[in-house]
Amino acid sequence: MTGSVTGNDCDVVVIGSGPGGATAAHILSSAGWNVIVLEKGRNHLLELTEPYGPMGHFSNDEIKFTRRHFLGPDPITEPRTFRRSESDGDRFLTGHVNSLPSTVGGGGVHADGKLPRFREVDFSLRSELGGVEGADVVDWPLEYSDLEPYYAEAEELVGVAGEAGNPFAAWRSSPYPMPPGADMYGSLLSGAAALRHGLHPYRAPTGANSVPYDGRPACNNCGFCAFYGCPIEAKGDPVALLRRALNTGRCQIIPEAYVHEITTDTSGKKATGVRYLDLRAPVDNPGGPPVHEIRSDYVVLAGGAFETPRLLLRNGLGNSSGLVGRNLMFHFQTMVAGGFPDRLWGASRGRSVTHLHDDHIVGDKAQDVAASGAGLPWLRGGIVEHGGAAGPILESLSYGSNQHHAASMRASALRERLWVFTMQGEDLAQPNNRIDLDPSVRDAWGFASGRVTYRPHRHEIATSDHVAPILESVLRDAGAEWTAVSTSPPTNENDPHPAMGHAPVSYHIMGTARMGDSPESSVVDPSGRLWDIDNVIVADSSVFPTSTGYGPTLSLVALAARATRLAVGDPLPSTAPAKP
Amino acid sequence: MPSNLTSSQLVALRCVLDRVIPGDDLTPGAGEAGGAEYIDRLLGAFNFDPPQIWAGGPTSGRRGGAAAFDHWIEMGEWEKLAWRTRIDQWSLVYEAGLLALGDDFVELSPDQQTERLKQTSTEFRSVLYEHGCESLYGDPIYGGNRDAKAWQAIDYRGDVQPEGYTDQEVSAP
Repeated sequence: MTGSVTGNDCDVVVIGSGPGGATAAHILSSAGWNVIVLEKGRNHLLELTEPYGPMGHFSNDEIKFTRRHFLGPDPITEPRTFRRSESDGDRFLTGHVNSLPSTVGGGGVHADGKLPRFREVDFSLRSELGGVEGADVVDWPLEYSDLEPYYAEAEELVGVAGEAGNPFAAWRSSPYPMPPGADMYGSLLSGAAALRHGLHPYRAPTGANSVPYDGRPACNNCGFCAFYGCPIEAKGDPVALLRRALNTGRCQIIPEAYVHEITTDTSGKKATGVRYLDLRAPVDNPGGPPVHEIRSDYVVLAGGAFETPRLLLRNGLGNSSGLVGRNLMFHFQTMVAGGFPDRLWGASRGRSVTHLHDDHIVGDKAQDVAASGAGLPWLRGGIVEHGGAAGPILESLSYGSNQHHAASMRASALRERLWVFTMQGEDLAQPNNRIDLDPSVRDAWGFASGRVTYRPHRHEIATSDHVAPILESVLRDAGAEWTAVSTSPPTNENDPHPAMGHAPVSYHIMGTARMGDSPESSVVDPSGRLWDIDNVIVADSSVFPTSTGYGPTLSLVALAARATRLAVGDPLPSTAPAKP
Repeated sequence: MPSNLTSSQLVALRCVLDRVIPGDDLTPGAGEAGGAEYIDRLLGAFNFDPPQIWAGGPTSGRRGGAAAFDHWIEMGEWEKLAWRTRIDQWSLVYEAGLLALGDDFVELSPDQQTERLKQTSTEFRSVLYEHGCESLYGDPIYGGNRDAKAWQAIDYRGDVQPEGYTDQEVSAP
């Protein structure tokens, strides 16, 4: 117990300690509220007693982070299920389905922290570009200018290193708090080739310190970035926000606290707190894990776009629109790999990705022609990440058992000589793509598992088909001797063994409690509260009405900051573009 | 150190791992590099407290900093349950697989060994291969990759904290 939180009562319970929950905890505790953060996963991020230092659990260890479920969730205790549509029956597969880390810090822990903002048009696709048959393309209930002050705040809080190098970027009221970090060698090659193809690569805004910042050191390029917790706290998301919250003396973080119920008053229109299972008790505790109750004035729901709708659906809350869990979106990932004659060192040095380009979001004449050819009004891709490959265990697994395994590993065609473009393609919302409760698969505590029902719209496939050959030719121009394309989910779902599996592997998951202007057509109001229960604030990417082609984290942090600042009556003033 | 596998099982595992992920003049085979010991340590992880599933951090001591990888991380109650379940399943797979390989496996000719391996279950071969890769190219703290020779062979430094790489090593290697 820290600070002035007493007993089990507080002003607000925050469910989930990822980037959204951490932001809410920081804003609300800074405003004087007493906050309890409940996190279902374990804590490896920071000590929960003063001075809240690092625990030293994160390390450059491929086994721990990529082979042994260190950051959770473990699919044995928390299975999830997946199907493409009802025609697959109750489920197509069970186990590990898009399992974002379940740990203190959530998805922020394992992300390599590419933190772009959305662009102005992303907030008004419907009115500016028009709808697409079979998809539910909508405008956001707010504009870029409403969010800009909170983007600036989010960048300051997390610590984003970047520069004004993207010609398509939205306007900014202030510069990035840090200059960009070291360019990866491979991205210098792919960036130069992209320029020659008329594309516009730029240094990726990255939530990893390029200089000492906020009491944390500069990144030292260790190479264990994507999928790893940072051993030196150079990644600001989410440790910076949680430590700030703890330092107010008004925030308590309780790990291994599995919230299974949001309690309400008899009207059902006010939340009164939560009940959670204490997973720290022995597994053979008679009657199951002890149940604790916390009563609070507000609840912040920040379980992520998978667990947030699962909790609401299980409790039958917030769903008068019938839209909870619906319009599930993943970025449609197109991975174009290129094999180079010489080592690029992209798998072992630097921040995993250091350059992006937005051209396939913005589009051009050729993209319009491709849209027409596909019978679609428009195509929108996503950021293309210029990045390296993964570690030697993953490479080793990919070769299979054969006499040349050792020689293949030394030649390293699939690791140190590989360079990869990953496009995070915009995924159009479709009501039938959704999270619901699996009818029979349950987690270790007896609660229905979350089930993904998801099939991409043909827009995503047409966009991928259009962009992939462009990316292949850029990679060849950069020096690649061969290129190969894979996508997630597969463009051909009849492929029995798709390279990336059948279920979407993108950890960018969005849209399952969409924000909108009316309670009939959305789950969350424009200020971030459930229409049905106005003292529940949703502070994660489930509120996104569209997926955009940008990584969701900075935007969900900005939205969480905005929603919680509105709740405490301290919104940020409007901003204007900085003078050049 | 308490062992989960018998000494003859360890000998057979070493041999079969060198068949599955063979070495050459420059790189050790998975068995030669300690793959059997890796599997034994994994199956016997709960002979230790904390269980030897997740090595500690933040540094190994090889590049400065404390030698902290052998400070194994405490597991949560439900994590232990999941891992006991997983290890129990693997133990059965290994028992059955080693039984199918036979007591005389190490004495067979390479061709005969390959034939015998084909008679094991797909699941055994798959788990064996995955653990073989992990052991050979993972951190030596887990029992494989003896003396980090497999890393040296591929010119890989493994963990590099707290040293890291200079900006020049990233941008102009």
